[in-house]
Amino acid sequence: MTFSMMPIIGGALIGLSATILLMFNGKVAGISGIFNGVLTGDALHWKAPFVAGLLISGLIAVFMGENLGLEQAFTNTVPRNLVVTALAGLLVGFGTRIGNGCTSGHGICGLGRASKRSFAATMAFMMTGAIAAYVTQNIILALVS
Amino acid sequence: MHGFISLISGLVFGFGLILSGMTQPGKVIGFLDFLGGNWQWDLMGVMGGALTVHALTRIFVMKRSGPVLGGQFPSFGSMIDKRLVTGAAIFGLGWGIAGFCPGPAIVSAMTFETPVLVFVAAMSVGMTLAKFVPSK
Repeated sequence: MTFSMMPIIGGALIGLSATILLMFNGKVAGISGIFNGVLTGDALHWKAPFVAGLLISGLIAVFMGENLGLEQAFTNTVPRNLVVTALAGLLVGFGTRIGNGCTSGHGICGLGRASKRSFAATMAFMMTGAIAAYVTQNIILALVS
Repeated sequence: MHGFISLISGLVFGFGLILSGMTQPGKVIGFLDFLGGNWQWDLMGVMGGALTVHALTRIFVMKRSGPVLGGQFPSFGSMIDKRLVTGAAIFGLGWGIAGFCPGPAIVSAMTFETPVLVFVAAMSVGMTLAKFVPSK
C-alpha cells in the first residue's frame, strides 16, 4: 500500500466541519443523531440543512467527480447480497441510536473533547467492526466462493 | 443563519468523507480487517486528521462564553453503561459487514445505486426500532 495524504486531508476537513458547527451553532456533528432528527422531525431548522449539505456533496461528486479528480469517490464497493446489506443497515441504525452516536459523534467529536464515554463507545465499535470485517472477508466469503 | 452554517458544515463534512476514502466500503473494510493479515492502515489518517484539527481548534472555540449565533455550548453525560457499549458494539457489527457508517452511506445515496439505498432505508428502520427499546 502506498502512502496517501488524502485520508489526512479529508479527515482535516471533517474536523473543521465539526468545529464550524460547534463554534457557530453550538451543536455536535454527530451524523446518526442528526439523521435521526430528520427522520423524526426534531430540530429540523439545523438538522435538515446539515443532511442536505451531505447530500449535495454526494451529488457534486457524482456529477462533477471527473472534473474534480473524484472519480474514485464511490468505487471499491464490496459484494454483499441485498439481505446482508439490509441486515448491516439495520444494525447500524439500531446500534447508533442505542449507543447514542456513531463514528462522527463518538469517534471525532467525543474523542476530540477527551470524553471517556465516547472512548468506551469507540473502542466497542472498532472491536466489533474488526471482528465483523474479519469474519465476513476471511471466513464467510471463503466458504461461499 | 443556523441553517446556513449547518449546510456549509454538512458540505465540508461530506467532502471530507469523499476525499478521505470513507465512501469506499472496500477501503473501510480493508482498514477494519486488521486481523486478516493484509491491513490497509491508511484510513488511520482520517481519524488522525479529524481529531487533530477538531481537538486543537475546539480549545479556542471553548474559550468563548457561547456559540457565535447565541445559545449555549452543549453539555454531555459521562455515564458509561451497558446500553452505550452494547449499542456501539451492535453498530460496529453492521459497519464491519457492509463498510458503511451513517455519514458515508448518506453521501453515497446520491449514486442511487440499489445497495446503498437499501442500506440507508434499513438504517432508518433500525433507528426507528430503537425507539421501542426502553431507556432503562
